[in-house]
Amino acid sequence: MLTRRTLLAASATLAAPAILRAQTSTPIRIGEINSYTAAAAFTLPYRNGWQLALEQVNAAGGVLGRKLEVISRDDAGQPQNAIRLAGELLNDQKVDLLAGGFLSNVGLALTDFALQNKKLFVAGEPLSDALVWEKGNRYTYRLRPSTYMQAAMLVPDAAKLKAKKWATVAPNYEYGTSTVKWFKQLLSAARPDVEWVGDQLPTLGKIDAGATVAALAQARPDAILNVTFGGDLTSFVRQGNTRGLFDGRAVVSVLTGEPEYLDPLGAETPEGWLVTGYPVSAVTDPANQAFIAAYRAKFNELPKMGSVVGAALIASIVAGITQSGGTDTEKMADGFAGAAFATPFGRAMWRAQDHQSTLGTYVGKTALKDGHGTMVDWRYIDGADALPDDAAVKKMRAG
Amino acid sequence: MNFLLLQALTGLAAASSLFLVSAGLTVIFGVTRVVNFAHGSLYLLGAYIGWSILTRLPTDPGWFVLGILLAGAATALLGLVLETTLLRRIYRAPELLQLLATFGVVLMVQDIALKIWGAQDLALPRPRWLRASVILLGERFPQFDLALIAIGPLVLLLLWLLFTRTRWGTLVRAATQDRDMVAALGVDQRMLFTSVFALGAALAGIGGALALPDGSANLQMDLSIITDAFVVVVVGGLGSLPGAFLASLLIGLLQAFGIVLIPGATSILVFAVMAVVLVLRPHGLLGRAQPVSRAEAPPSVVRAAPASLRWAGVAALALAIAAPLVVGPFALSVLTEMAVAVLFAASLHFMMGPGGMPSFGHAAWFGIGAYTAALAAKSLALPMPAGMLLAPIVAGTVALLFGWFVVRLSGVYLAMLTLAFAQIVWAVAFQSTGLTGGDNGVLGVWPAAWAADPRVFYWLALAVCLGATLALRRVLGSPFGYALRATRDSPLRAAAIGLDDGAIRLAAFAVAGACAGLSGGIAAYSKGSVFPSFIAIGHSVDALLMVLLGGVGTLAGPVIGALAYTGLYDALLLATDLWRFALGAIIVVLVLAFPDGIAGTAQRLWLRGREA
Repeated sequence: MLTRRTLLAASATLAAPAILRAQTSTPIRIGEINSYTAAAAFTLPYRNGWQLALEQVNAAGGVLGRKLEVISRDDAGQPQNAIRLAGELLNDQKVDLLAGGFLSNVGLALTDFALQNKKLFVAGEPLSDALVWEKGNRYTYRLRPSTYMQAAMLVPDAAKLKAKKWATVAPNYEYGTSTVKWFKQLLSAARPDVEWVGDQLPTLGKIDAGATVAALAQARPDAILNVTFGGDLTSFVRQGNTRGLFDGRAVVSVLTGEPEYLDPLGAETPEGWLVTGYPVSAVTDPANQAFIAAYRAKFNELPKMGSVVGAALIASIVAGITQSGGTDTEKMADGFAGAAFATPFGRAMWRAQDHQSTLGTYVGKTALKDGHGTMVDWRYIDGADALPDDAAVKKMRAG
Repeated sequence: MNFLLLQALTGLAAASSLFLVSAGLTVIFGVTRVVNFAHGSLYLLGAYIGWSILTRLPTDPGWFVLGILLAGAATALLGLVLETTLLRRIYRAPELLQLLATFGVVLMVQDIALKIWGAQDLALPRPRWLRASVILLGERFPQFDLALIAIGPLVLLLLWLLFTRTRWGTLVRAATQDRDMVAALGVDQRMLFTSVFALGAALAGIGGALALPDGSANLQMDLSIITDAFVVVVVGGLGSLPGAFLASLLIGLLQAFGIVLIPGATSILVFAVMAVVLVLRPHGLLGRAQPVSRAEAPPSVVRAAPASLRWAGVAALALAIAAPLVVGPFALSVLTEMAVAVLFAASLHFMMGPGGMPSFGHAAWFGIGAYTAALAAKSLALPMPAGMLLAPIVAGTVALLFGWFVVRLSGVYLAMLTLAFAQIVWAVAFQSTGLTGGDNGVLGVWPAAWAADPRVFYWLALAVCLGATLALRRVLGSPFGYALRATRDSPLRAAAIGLDDGAIRLAAFAVAGACAGLSGGIAAYSKGSVFPSFIAIGHSVDALLMVLLGGVGTLAGPVIGALAYTGLYDALLLATDLWRFALGAIIVVLVLAFPDGIAGTAQRLWLRGREA
């Protein structure tokens, strides 16, 4: 029993300095939860991104004259941890709102937590559609383009391909299966002649790349939709290159243009894949260039997609709070809607109808330059242009 | 037809990689009896070290081979350090405690690798010869995979020569069969153990480095390989090299063909096969029953606590009951979680300590209980008490059905069969999206209005969990409890006095399952949601850690272990980015300081004081 009390006392001591600070200046506190240890490749650049944005906001005088503060927690990739930590942030740290999330299931768990506790939750990265549609609620907002939007951004170009027979490969969990579902639905609608000849669903992080590539080749598709990312993507591309899977086949690939996932491919980056992503320094837009310069000055490296999400997350929260005129949860739940904010990708806003932001992403083709993967022929697609019409949204959101 | 042949070759290449890692694991287990969780970490380190070496060497095949061997040598060195500084000190500790220590190492290595090599996946640039393919049966097949296919049997041959043609190998085989006899004959066991561990580590490192051309070094590779390697080792028969080779082939081919037949179900296929093999052959394909170690004294009879300890327990209980009056809502949620953890750990201890049946899949029952409660609430719209009542009933019933297969096994085989079952349950929860919501889980399972106040729910959880835990203690002190211990300590004598050991073990298994299910049911309502991660391997390992940390040999062990582990985990998660390193280091220190578990060591010190 000693253990229990000592530990609680110890954690109280650790939290004490932050509480003292809070009393002197009453900052606005954001409780942030993400999978820092479980998905470090994406979440560490993301943390850099929000830290940079936070610094800039406070240097400019904060929000509504108050300092902005982020209290960050690691959920270790487990939804049950995220819920417990959300309770800690809410009850002990007295945060004004919750933010963050990487995996879809963590995002959905926090969405439910927000509804139950009537506290605002601004989801940064989770891509699940359910977050704002089937399971959406008044207290949840989501920043990034969802699986539906990613698919919708790629389908117009995919529909122009001659390919008739398509095969898919996706990690076996919500993000993978949902992206495949939407892509199939949208492409089949645009091109009724398309035929689906095979689906591969490797376990996340454990792709058996050789066998998967061979099974896809055996289906003899004209084109392939790839949804894998990270270590799985690297293995898949390497086996695919050696076995010639991509020769003479079109490939549409979700997220592959993001530096997190493109960089490890290096000299083996397949050319001509149609991808969503972020061409980093190639985008000469002043907002992006200013972001890159500030990021390099602080961290001495180029930003990644996660960095953009982190920075945009802070900007979107600042805009929402400013428009709500305070941090009362009910006021924020209404007041975020319609708030516009600046991101490295340009301006975006919170939609009123489903609390999805209109932050978009870049669509382009992969290419090799000096032994590194890069995006060419890219264009920015605004999130607002990749969403279904309001009637469809309303129907899904009603459940 | 051509496709099938090519797919078989692909499977063979995968089998070779798997064999390299599993061979090291099985050799280590055979001699030292250590269930080495850190084997995956050595594999990960082999890949990262291999990357660091190979990116600095010329890219010709000769240099490549040298780089791979250097990576193997480096991990051998790390294995050596691990064995001499940590494992050597705890060989005498109760069975499976080494598992706890190696798990601490796993956690530490994850953060160390992140600090040294960074978060980004590291892919080794492949020179032309590594990217090359040959035309086989009209399709392009990677040259490197052909080389891999040859490497598996080559390593098997080399190991076979090493074990049959050298004096060292003879001693290793002798130690695998009967290590007490080897010790009695004056062989230096320490040297033998250290060298075997280094060899196993080298094989893991080489396996990791050889994974580079087909993928990348990344921070998830330790845990992704370790379960597969365990499956191979157990299916092949613990300590058997040819068995590991055969099992690697089986698993490699199964995965290659599995994804053609049922995409998305391969990981389950592996566990299903393991379950079938263990049911048909309780010691794996080529394994033998483990000889009983003569050195170990039978565990002492666990008796009721002395009066002073009882009073300490009553005082602690009074504090726990009074806690909601003083602590805040978050501390209360941590306390609720601790109450759940206490029952979860106590139920595992029930079958593992007095029952002698260790489980690597105890989360299965917890998960079944949690899903039962959640689905009773969401799909059947039953009130909360009904859900909480159904949870142990369903979990206990499933445990009774499945236990029939399990209780005939023993030791690590038994533990792995429970793991196989847990993985199958996990897969059902994960794949039945319509019923369970898949990985998104069942959400919105909140307590009934009368228990919505966190304090009321805490008291409810405390009453149910401690009540069940005390009931388990009571059972252990009853004739049934003594009969259970008899079947553990001496099955022959137990049978001779007319005890039906199968039925007794089965009953114990079902009781443990029901209690774990009850803790799961409470957890479902306290979290408001249920996820497949409740059933994941990590959660089973949590239970194991709690029991081992507290001490298998005492009744208070699981309670103290559950409080210590949950408290540490929560405090560290809040306190530091490097919580994995800190938690791992603390576990290692605790294992070294308390080789019998916290409660076990405290008890020994207490008794020593009494006797003096």
